[in-house]
Amino acid sequence: MDNEKNRAEMPWEEKREERFRRWLAPSGVTYDTPAAETAYRERVTRFIRALKLEKPDRVPVVLPASFFPAHYAGMTLRDVMYDYARLKRAWLKFLREFDSDSYTAPGLVYPGRVLDAIDYRLYTWPGHGQPDDMPSYQYVEGEYMKPDEYDAFLRDPLDYALRYYLPRTMGVFEPFQKLGPFTAAFGAPIRMMSLAANPRVQQVFRALAGAGREWSRWQKTVREISRAALAAGFPAFRGGVCVAPFDTFADTLRGTQGIIMDMYRQPDKLHEAMERMVPFTVESAVDSSGASASPLVFIPLHKGDDTFMSGKQFEKFYWPTLRKVLLGLIDEGLVPMLFAEGRYNHRLEQVTDLPRASVLWHFDQTDMAEAKRLLGGSQCIAGNIPTSVLVTGTPGDVKEYCRQLIETCAPGGGYILTGGAAIDKGNPDNLRAVMAAAREYGVYRK
Amino acid sequence: MSGDFANLLADLKEDEVIKLTKQRLDSGEDPMKILEDSRKGMELVGKRFADGEYFLPELVFSGELLKQVTEIVKPHITETTSDAKRRGKVVLGTVAGDIHDIGLNIVDFMLDVNGFQVYNLGVDVPAARFVAKVKETGAPIVGLSGFLTPAFDAMKETVEALDKAGLRGKVKIMIGGGQMDDEVRKYARADAYGKDAMAAVTLAKKWTGAS
Repeated sequence: MDNEKNRAEMPWEEKREERFRRWLAPSGVTYDTPAAETAYRERVTRFIRALKLEKPDRVPVVLPASFFPAHYAGMTLRDVMYDYARLKRAWLKFLREFDSDSYTAPGLVYPGRVLDAIDYRLYTWPGHGQPDDMPSYQYVEGEYMKPDEYDAFLRDPLDYALRYYLPRTMGVFEPFQKLGPFTAAFGAPIRMMSLAANPRVQQVFRALAGAGREWSRWQKTVREISRAALAAGFPAFRGGVCVAPFDTFADTLRGTQGIIMDMYRQPDKLHEAMERMVPFTVESAVDSSGASASPLVFIPLHKGDDTFMSGKQFEKFYWPTLRKVLLGLIDEGLVPMLFAEGRYNHRLEQVTDLPRASVLWHFDQTDMAEAKRLLGGSQCIAGNIPTSVLVTGTPGDVKEYCRQLIETCAPGGGYILTGGAAIDKGNPDNLRAVMAAAREYGVYRK
Repeated sequence: MSGDFANLLADLKEDEVIKLTKQRLDSGEDPMKILEDSRKGMELVGKRFADGEYFLPELVFSGELLKQVTEIVKPHITETTSDAKRRGKVVLGTVAGDIHDIGLNIVDFMLDVNGFQVYNLGVDVPAARFVAKVKETGAPIVGLSGFLTPAFDAMKETVEALDKAGLRGKVKIMIGGGQMDDEVRKYARADAYGKDAMAAVTLAKKWTGAS
């Protein structure tokens, strides 16, 4: 009890130090060699110093490779989505053959059989709505929440999720559409048994149990790969994950068309719903961070960029609830990693109201000189080798691009070298050139 | 009054626009005049977008208003008038394997309000459909949209398909969207990369000699 009280009163910096210490020395790891252990500490220290706007020994690198390990091993994404042994082989091969400062386990290479079994509708993937050799899956935007359903959401978000959202996004849950409110359990919980007696509901749970067993087989493989990476001395960079409240509604509930109608026709309902999401978003990000030693919370930002909305709309619709989520995460000692997809040139001066050195901004196509000038003094920045250079350029092109980036962004510390976005295919030597550039041009002189 | 209507539409005053549409019809005004004013309103929206005053939400919402106005007016139109004279034809689409359409539709909107006849083929468009549409329409301009890195190859293949069909010399090809840039333009052997919808309009005007 005392401990909890102390923790609540602790300044966020101290809570973060606690998480940094855990990242530096994760429990239960047996390193392959003493050298691997030393290298692990060096790598994590490099990231921590950059995040705190200090100078590390050299510029740290996150290789911009998402599903690339499959391609590198001569496999398709479909192969590794459906065969966990091959998934493991491909990711371990990549681990052994590429030098980097971190390692990304295939936690986003979702198991194809589970997606099939639950009839997942938010993605198309190779062999399912896409050719077998497609190197990535794609998100299917839709109006999964109708314009007149904000009240149902606000009244009871969980009930809304169970009876409206899940049945629309995962076919397996369709029978839930026909049920009465789950919140009816209060008062006489025994009534829930009539649900369990419903043959269609039983079917849902049977299907979920089967898909769940498959999911756990996949998870086991991902864990084995993560453990192997740690043992070899490569820290995990991404820990937890969450989404900006505006994107929750714009991407996954209302769709682009729908959210824009709401901005004009029912802005108050939208604001209320986004506010409602803030505590859930923080809680689920903290929860999803639990499995990883890394304190970084990955937050892909979509519909707040320069082209999606005006500065005024960003200030009104996007930033306030996102900022609350960020402050909530920071207060937990976590480090939000904001992946600003698209361009954030006009946002750089709008996002300065956060504690110093508390988040990481990963930019995609933002002007890095401006990012360094306007944000570099207050937050760590990362980015942004264009995927076009990584995919269509030569290793020489990549190295030269990285040299210029380092020259622009590295002075004084607080910079991580990585891609604008990640690549799924291309010349492996282009990825090696990123690391070579950091070693050659990114060393900080004492 | 017609100036007011165009401004109300451009200012996105939904209730006023709908009310005024009905009033004008009730007073026996020529419905074609209302559509003409709507077009002027949309041109204003396009101009404000080009000036950086409007963004995606304004484009989409004005499109929604136009749709409502058109639906109200349509039953009152008896004559079939030919489309206003257009600047030139453009075949647009998101390349094979990519299902992103937001940028595609912005470019469609901006070309349309700037007087181009746009043939929007939608998303995940196989190279053969671009070829067929260019043959059918004789459009001198092709716009390839894409968001993801796999679109790099799909763009290259689409340009090659147009080449194989003997059309490469007859069309100018622009690319844009997501992870595209001038490096990809070189890789795909397209004629130009446009960083936003205004660039697409500028290119199309240049290529049709309309600037």
